[in-house]
Amino acid sequence: MSTENSANVSRRQFITGAATAVAGLTVAPGVFLLKTAGAANGADPATRWGLLIDTSKCADGCTACVRACHEENGVRSLGRPKTDAQWIRKVTLTERETGHQHSLPVMCQHCENPPCVDVCPTKASFIRPDGIVLVNKHTCIGCRYCMMACPYKARSFIHEPLTDQKPHSPRGKGTVESCTLCVHKVDRGEGTTACVEACNKDGHRAMVFGDLNDPSSEISRRLKQEGSSAIRADLRLNPAVRYQGI
Amino acid sequence: MTAKTHFREIEGRSPGFLALLAGLLVLVGLGLLAAVLKGTHGHYITGMNNQVVWGLPHIFAIFLVVAASGALNAASFSSVFGRVAYKPLARLSGLLAMTLLIGGLVILVLDLGRPDRLVVAMTHYNFKSIFAWNIFLYTGFLAVVAVYLWFMMERRMNGYVPVAGYVAFLWRLILTTGTGSIFGFLVAREAYDAAILAPMFIAMSFSLGMAVFILVVMATFAGTERPLGDLILRRMKNLLGIFVAGVLYFVLAYHLTNLYATRLHGIEAFVLLNGGIYTFLFWFVQIGLGSILPLVLLFHPVWSQARRVIAAAAGLVIAGGLAQLYVIVIGGQAYPLDLFPGYDMSSSFFDGVVASYTPSLPELMLGLGGTAFAFLLLAVVMKFLRVLPTSLADDKVDPHVSSKASTAQSAPAGA
Repeated sequence: MSTENSANVSRRQFITGAATAVAGLTVAPGVFLLKTAGAANGADPATRWGLLIDTSKCADGCTACVRACHEENGVRSLGRPKTDAQWIRKVTLTERETGHQHSLPVMCQHCENPPCVDVCPTKASFIRPDGIVLVNKHTCIGCRYCMMACPYKARSFIHEPLTDQKPHSPRGKGTVESCTLCVHKVDRGEGTTACVEACNKDGHRAMVFGDLNDPSSEISRRLKQEGSSAIRADLRLNPAVRYQGI
Repeated sequence: MTAKTHFREIEGRSPGFLALLAGLLVLVGLGLLAAVLKGTHGHYITGMNNQVVWGLPHIFAIFLVVAASGALNAASFSSVFGRVAYKPLARLSGLLAMTLLIGGLVILVLDLGRPDRLVVAMTHYNFKSIFAWNIFLYTGFLAVVAVYLWFMMERRMNGYVPVAGYVAFLWRLILTTGTGSIFGFLVAREAYDAAILAPMFIAMSFSLGMAVFILVVMATFAGTERPLGDLILRRMKNLLGIFVAGVLYFVLAYHLTNLYATRLHGIEAFVLLNGGIYTFLFWFVQIGLGSILPLVLLFHPVWSQARRVIAAAAGLVIAGGLAQLYVIVIGGQAYPLDLFPGYDMSSSFFDGVVASYTPSLPELMLGLGGTAFAFLLLAVVMKFLRVLPTSLADDKVDPHVSSKASTAQSAPAGA
């Protein structure tokens, strides 16, 4: 009888202990909630960086922007197309009704209301005050929910260990990444991106980088005069990458 | 009133029990091995890629999470809806709910790109993310059900069981709403972005949880040689049938709504007509084997009286649920994103084509490992705590049954 009782007590203690542990696990995170996420310093909230892409000037078969981007950011093929990262890609469009073909580059569209930022559980996906959408490589847990949410298929997951990353472009196995709008160049005040430089160098001049909030910038003037459209404009995400000719 | 129920630990010394533990441990070990391999080499050793970012581990994990919520059915029927027949099973129901959820969460965490950053997930929250809500819903569910179990097992707390039962029942409804909304809130993909996914997942939780629970009850009672009467089994199998029909209703409503919208004809044709493996899984496994056949088996006036038939039906419901999740999770990703309506699209990044996905061995190991962990926990806890009633013979479930049985011995199991 006495052993029976002591067994019961220890069981009670076990259950109480387990319940306390689980409750602690549940409540503990809340303690940390007061901490604000410290991201995006130095970006100017008066600015909104964006790209204008004139698809009529984008040459079929030309991949200068893709090569330049991947060179600039140290994105290399590991010979496995299904898992290799692509920050920017050339897409060929064929109109179903007419058969008309043209091609254009697609990358992170740096939405004003980015679904990737909405769904990220840890705020690793974030938007800077100047509109650039980035992944904080220190807090990305690699859940890939942002990749499920992105309407542009703009993001890649790093499927294997990497070496020789560029210091200005942190990348690592098990995290998600995408076009940074060459944020390191922007923050150095260069006012351009690797893809735009390459396109200009090749003489196509199909891409313009600039401040969408500055009415006197080339990008703003051309957008006002010539008009543009956004990919999946129906989603009302207000992307900072605008297209002409689609 | 029901006769007083006695609970007893399982003896846990039989060769069969030890063999079960050994088998489960091996599976858990294989799951851990898969996690280590993936951590060392990266996700490229799995079948997942930049097109299909969630794969087989997520099917297992979502199945376990959804079934966990449904495993609580028996406890809820007893505490919330006052069905005393289920009271002897309430402890097992609560415990199974907890262990299934833990198994699912282990899979989800080990599949992260950076499982070592779990503490980041617990300390950095984005309250606009349904994923972040789910972290609270899952841990909260474990806490609520743990307290609920404690109230059930601690005599001086018995009076609070109904309150805890209500809280747990509401919590499981919210939890499964959260799980369904992981997909329901995805505006980008045509297969998702539908509010009906939340109630559909709730219906799935009822049917999948019930199916798992029926099999667990049959297995534990057979394994411990405790009497299990037909009365409680019949009640459970009838409910399982109703839940399966409920899921079918939501599937029907989902597809009919999509079929009405021209812009969704592509994804509907993909799932229903020309999606290859996804079409096969939908019609043959989810609808045929996993819904229609179990309904026939569960309600057939003669067949449904046999325990083997009830067990087979429960197994088929589980297979159908796995197929359904495969179609939703993998099929929804495999179907290409429509960036440019009216255009065909091609690129080196697999735009405009159906993404290929082949589940890999490490993914299967991880999924089975997490599932085995859930049942290992269940088995071990049942050895040390009084979870399982000593008898569920018909007279223990309903004391009037012996008199009834004598007058209506050949009553059919159905209806």
